[in-house]
Amino acid sequence: MAIEKFNILTSACVPLPTENVDTDQIIPARFLKATTRDGFGENLFRDWRYNKDNTPKPGFVLNNPLYKGDILVAGKNFGSGSSREHAAWAIYDYGFKAVVSSFFADIFKANALNNGLLPVQISPGFLKQIFSAVEENPSTQLQINLEKQTITLLSTGKYEKFDINPYKKSCLLNGYDDIDYLLSRKEKIMAFEKQNGK
Amino acid sequence: METKTLFDKIWDSHVVESISNGPDVLYIDRHYIHEVTSPQAFAGLEKRGVPLARPDRTLATADHNIPTLNQDKPIQEKLSRLQVKTLTDNCNKYGVTLYGLNNPFNGIVHVIGTELGFTRPGMTIVCGDSHTSTHGAFGAVAFGIGTSEVEMVFATQCVLQPKPKKMRITINGKLQPGVTSKDIILYIISRISAGGATGYFVEYAGEAIRSLSMEARMTICNMSIEMGARGGLIAPDEVTFSYLKDKEFSPKGKEWQESLDKWKQLHSDDGAVFDKELTFDASSINPMITYGTNPGMGIAVNGNIPALNEIKESERSSFLKALDYMNFKPGMSLEGFPIDYVFLGSCTNGRIEDIRAFASMVKGKKKAPSVTAWIVPGSHQVEKQAVAEGLDKILEAAGFELRQPGCSACLAMNEDKIPAGKYAVSTSNRNFEGRQGPGSRTLLASPLTAAAAAITGKITNPAEFIS
Repeated sequence: MAIEKFNILTSACVPLPTENVDTDQIIPARFLKATTRDGFGENLFRDWRYNKDNTPKPGFVLNNPLYKGDILVAGKNFGSGSSREHAAWAIYDYGFKAVVSSFFADIFKANALNNGLLPVQISPGFLKQIFSAVEENPSTQLQINLEKQTITLLSTGKYEKFDINPYKKSCLLNGYDDIDYLLSRKEKIMAFEKQNGK
Repeated sequence: METKTLFDKIWDSHVVESISNGPDVLYIDRHYIHEVTSPQAFAGLEKRGVPLARPDRTLATADHNIPTLNQDKPIQEKLSRLQVKTLTDNCNKYGVTLYGLNNPFNGIVHVIGTELGFTRPGMTIVCGDSHTSTHGAFGAVAFGIGTSEVEMVFATQCVLQPKPKKMRITINGKLQPGVTSKDIILYIISRISAGGATGYFVEYAGEAIRSLSMEARMTICNMSIEMGARGGLIAPDEVTFSYLKDKEFSPKGKEWQESLDKWKQLHSDDGAVFDKELTFDASSINPMITYGTNPGMGIAVNGNIPALNEIKESERSSFLKALDYMNFKPGMSLEGFPIDYVFLGSCTNGRIEDIRAFASMVKGKKKAPSVTAWIVPGSHQVEKQAVAEGLDKILEAAGFELRQPGCSACLAMNEDKIPAGKYAVSTSNRNFEGRQGPGSRTLLASPLTAAAAAITGKITNPAEFIS
């Protein structure tokens, strides 16, 4: 089963300068009761986004019509906490294709990559520049080029290279799925089991 | 001869193959599953039309989403009921052993796996739950995975994982009275921050770690993820072996002896190189409590919240945002601060030793009338043991009652929610905004600190309370 291919993404972005955004904020536990992968975007950042009576909180960035786009830009240590893949599903379902931060929690990063959501880790300095540029002009565009592993702030032309595991990069560029890959290694796995008395 | 860390020994012996410039195909010995992160993985398996590779290496429980009262009756909440039913149907269909509601072996996934002897030294263990790191206390490589990875393990008994870096944290010396393993781990996280071990697998070592029981070691490994670590582990020793002897699924007879011989080889070689080494002194650790909205925001119970000028400038806005949520001020002392709820339980501190510690503290005293306390054993086995030891009677006499096992107020997926604005001293693992219910304010602490707060109705240093 393929994931969506990722190559070049040019978009305005949604700034969330908060640090340590944990997966309980991304999707609170009480919304994890579904048995399918769909519809989590509705509850993305639920308690930051809505009041108790379900009216939108005007101060939260997703409720600000000035900020739109396929790229979420967030403070350091994004996605810490629980292993819930629902966090990646919620961000993707909402419409984001990439998350930019100066630091990601491990499990979140793996979950994002397994769902075609690209985590782009940049330096704290560049992150600060992006936040300032977006604050000045909310329609500031970013361009992420996966093939070249670059992220560019189009208003200034300033760019940075980002790291991604070459295997994961090829999966995203081609829309490959890890499980298909592992299933193709089934014989080797069974031989390992036999050899090791598993 | 090449020297290896314990982590290397276990990881390397489970690599089926390495993808060049990519992750390892890592073979998994044990796969724990529960109702919340498995349904979409089962659905994926179904869609692909492939069988579940090794049901015999898979064990299921219902824990996250279940009530802790009236478990003999149908689950009231419709979505929770459906999720638990989906797990039951999937386990029946794919031949997975399920310890569902009311089964004598039911309980929190990280409590039952260890107390039944399904978790053993030298294994690779995964579960769609970040606190899978708990199992590292037995000298296993155990880590949490996402649902796509749960599906990988279902389909192939392997996960694709890049090998993490290695860190060793050594705690030398002896602990002071009233200081527990929960305080050790809260102290470590407060020192290195909630992201301080991201990218690493941590081995805990040193005299203070060796002196701990298995339950206490599990508490430390459990919270490894709260500093971002992929997992945490402790080399097995006599404490481990005597804990495992005669457990339900532990090897028996000749197989036990053979296993023991292998397990005794599981330690980091002298001179093995870690990517990072940290050392702390046990005697400088006090009973701890958190004041903010991530587990790295911890202080000694008798200490003060940092003043603003003690916080790095780049981190001040997050610090103030957290204090605003908690309604605390920079520099304030928490000792004597009135609290509303106490929660004893979770995969961090819901084991028999935790209930013993709590009971020893409240014995002969009375719960403060202003406090609502939830005492939730981690499993039916824990509950049974507590009753056998008469702990339920001690708790009852002090105004507490044992509820039925489950994850409960740790993540508040069931009815056990702390109301908005209320303060809870909790033995669980996360103090994130709204973690224990929308608007709830969590203060993480040890069972002893929780017990002291339950009696006085205020944040209280358990060390002083003992004397």
